[in-house]
Amino acid sequence: MIVTSGLTLFSIGLGAAAILGVASKLLYVKEDPRIGLIEDNLPGANCGGCGFPGCSGAAAAIVLGKAPASVCIVADAETSIRVAGIMGQEVIEREPELAIRDCAGGSRAADTFHYEGALDCRAAHQLYGGSKSCPEGCLGLGTCARSCPFDAIQMGLDGLPIIDPEACKACGNCVDACPRGVIGVSGMSARLLHLNQNTDCLAPCRQKCPAQINIPKYIEQIKAGDYDGAVMTIKDRNPLLVTCGRVCPRPCETECRRQFVDETVGINMLKRFVADRELHSGSRLTIPCAKDTGRKVAIIGGGPAGLSCAYFLRRLGHHPTIFDAMPKLGGQVRYGIPEYRLPKADLDWEIKGILDLGVKARVNTKFGVDFTIETLKADGFETIFIGIGAWQASGMYAEGEDLDGVMGGIEFLTAHALGQRPEVGKKVIVVGGGNTAIDAARTCVRLGAETTLMYRRTKAEMPADLEEIIGAEDEGVIFKLLAAPARVVGDENGRATHLEYYEMELGEPDASGRRSPVKKEGSETMMAADLIIPAIGQKPDLACLYEDGDEGSCPLETTRWQTIVADENTFETAIPGVFTAGDVYTGPDLVISAIGDGRKAARSMHYSMMHGDVPISETTQKTMIPYTLFKEIDAMERKERAVMPHLCHGDERVCTFNEVEGAVSENQALAESERCLRCGLICYDTDSAAEARHFGNTTK
Amino acid sequence: MQEFFVLFIGAMFVNNIVLAQYLGNCPFIGTSKESGVAVGMGGAVVFVAVMAAAITWLVQRHVLVPFELGYLQTLVFILVIASLVQFVEMFLKKMVPPLYKSLGIFLPLITTNCAVMGIALICQREEFGLMKTVMFAFASGLGFMIALVLLAGIRERLAVRRLPIAMRGTPIGLVMAGLMSLAFFAFKGMI
Ligand SMILES: Cc1cc2nc3c(=O)[nH]c(=O)nc-3n(C[C@H](O)[C@H](O)[C@H](O)COP(=O)(O)OP(=O)(O)OC[C@H]3O[C@@H](n4cnc5c(N)ncnc54)[C@H](O)[C@@H]3O)c2cc1C
Repeated sequence: MIVTSGLTLFSIGLGAAAILGVASKLLYVKEDPRIGLIEDNLPGANCGGCGFPGCSGAAAAIVLGKAPASVCIVADAETSIRVAGIMGQEVIEREPELAIRDCAGGSRAADTFHYEGALDCRAAHQLYGGSKSCPEGCLGLGTCARSCPFDAIQMGLDGLPIIDPEACKACGNCVDACPRGVIGVSGMSARLLHLNQNTDCLAPCRQKCPAQINIPKYIEQIKAGDYDGAVMTIKDRNPLLVTCGRVCPRPCETECRRQFVDETVGINMLKRFVADRELHSGSRLTIPCAKDTGRKVAIIGGGPAGLSCAYFLRRLGHHPTIFDAMPKLGGQVRYGIPEYRLPKADLDWEIKGILDLGVKARVNTKFGVDFTIETLKADGFETIFIGIGAWQASGMYAEGEDLDGVMGGIEFLTAHALGQRPEVGKKVIVVGGGNTAIDAARTCVRLGAETTLMYRRTKAEMPADLEEIIGAEDEGVIFKLLAAPARVVGDENGRATHLEYYEMELGEPDASGRRSPVKKEGSETMMAADLIIPAIGQKPDLACLYEDGDEGSCPLETTRWQTIVADENTFETAIPGVFTAGDVYTGPDLVISAIGDGRKAARSMHYSMMHGDVPISETTQKTMIPYTLFKEIDAMERKERAVMPHLCHGDERVCTFNEVEGAVSENQALAESERCLRCGLICYDTDSAAEARHFGNTTK
Repeated sequence: MQEFFVLFIGAMFVNNIVLAQYLGNCPFIGTSKESGVAVGMGGAVVFVAVMAAAITWLVQRHVLVPFELGYLQTLVFILVIASLVQFVEMFLKKMVPPLYKSLGIFLPLITTNCAVMGIALICQREEFGLMKTVMFAFASGLGFMIALVLLAGIRERLAVRRLPIAMRGTPIGLVMAGLMSLAFFAFKGMI
């Protein structure tokens, strides 16, 4: 019996083995031997962080070319190199990435109902989208912390996850676990390419800033004494912080919630404080740039828009060259804004920082004369950016304005900035109420002329910044309000001697909401002047684009304000691969808008070179988010806003071009940063929250 | 017809292979953490159970009975089923890659699955014909799949609940399996 059983089993086994043997021959599927080799080299953690089912899945994907050799997030660089060696390719180093939380609410955000269910964000989110009053913020139940395979996330006392950058491997498990998209994994490039989304934790100031600077973050960094960190936060959005710290009219501060308690937070003085610290430190912070892509881009115009575009493209790994018609870069910031507001030496320092990253510059090279779009394309520039600003002064539409002794505001300021010492004589009349007019007037005062500023409405309607108007008054500029030029009167040599003007009165409000000035008939009066400076407005000078010298031959569509038409999301013009931004696209605007749009254009150029098309999201934030604009603020303790010190006074102000405004001291800056309410979409530091934070006993 | 229907329902619910006969507990707990995996595993069990029951029926009828080797049944069945699964795996890989993709990784797990083995043995004990054997294997396999998918659904929900640490994972899975088993006892009255 034993023999029979043994024999039977043996023969059945033999039969099965034979069948399997034959089958394995017949049914052999050729498998790439590299898969096995690569799998042996991978760490075997099977964590799934790469997005493939386990290490063997990842190995198969690498061999199929669906994943790069560096796909494994756990392995070190050496492993990637070995894997790449097996594949016979070079490794493209992966940019270091990190999980980042974008929510400042935590336990500050109120609960709309008492949630008693499972302590898991996903479960809580199922119930009316979670109990937090903020529709986007962190629910604080710690699902991300539990999902982290590397123990890199801890829940903080303030109900927000704290990510340990050392331990984080950017596997993305937390991103998948979070039902609200509070945590994202990104590296530097992704951060630079990110546009504000309605779902981000956007404090009102952050929504308003045209350059989308993460304002609450840098103020928080200043508060913690991390001034370098604050500079880097700003530089992720704005390469010209020394400049903006001095000249920005601060759109962000108009939305600051603190104004409903006492006064707005001095956001820009904080920016200037950290910017000046770096400026005077004698060294520069290192700015990381992504791996070289070897792609050449041309930037036409080295104003804020062009500089910003070039800076971001360089940081994304491309090779921009700036072409500018003037002898130095900076655009209106150099040739319009006078020395006493922005010392040229500081501007030079700031621009050098951008060029030192590897941005090339070719000055004294005029677009339309020295080169064209075609020659740029022939020279291997893959994409082209046009940021030539708005340099053509609008006329006064007054008789005699082409006489000698009449000089446009821009022209005057540029000539002065170039050191040409324009003749001002004894009496100057500046016409206009914008920044250019005030800058021209204050420059004339410094050149020793008795200066009158003529504006057709009242001071309240002036588009110039209030500080500038006050500055002009302090320096002795005479305001001739409610007056409009009628005609320029000249002598027999064709030189202007007088300006005849009408008295005006305010009538009905016009489309812009300002009351429009109406001429008083028969009120013509003469005023003597050696120099008349109309500074009424500017528009782009598009002659450089015309193919045969006249307007009809412009290859790009233009508006009636002489600006270039481009896609509002991608900033691409009608010519594929040619992008635009700044004053030439928007008409005269602000430095910070030119910088912001320059970055957006750089983003589009990056995507169009690397991926062929530019991703557009439905949730991109464009206007202020209505539910975040409330005025009842429950923070009672008043704290006085810091005052910007003046660096020079009295006579020194009117006869030198020394900088007028100074930076705040460190103590002032720290006190000012304490005034920030750390706003999120709807939460902010109420008195009790701020106090609790201060004593470090915030619990849930 | 009615006989087949009763057999079918009986195998699927009343005598459910895991919940009433307690066979195949290892994959039942092991692969019930996610419903996607559970469906794949269930499908693989149905597939292999049917093949295994049919082939062992043939082996029993044409080898073991004629040569009076009935006492070797268990050993022979293990050998046959293991070889069969190996063969099926190779066959699918070559001939039906899509099916291999969805079931492939589960097949080796089933090589020594006692649910598959149990189904084959029950068919012999009950002395079913070939037709009935296939039917029964199919229904039992489906029963396994139902139990597995149900448990996976429950465990997915449990994963986000707050539990004492000692109960997390397999312990609570076993408790749930026990409760399901009790619930399935209710089907006893059906036939
Ligand atoms: C007097 C004055 C004061 C201002 N004050 C402030 C202020 O206080 N705060 C504020 O935020 N904004 C202020 N602005 C506005 C601000 O300066 C502009 O909005 C900003 O500079 C626009 O940047 P941009 O890069 O678009 O253009 P621009 O700065 O005008 O730069 C355009 C560049 O293109 C170059 N260029 C032009 N044509 C050609 C060509 N054919 N070929 C090659 N290169 C060419 C120019 O040389 C220049 O470098 C002021 C503007 C003026 C005129």
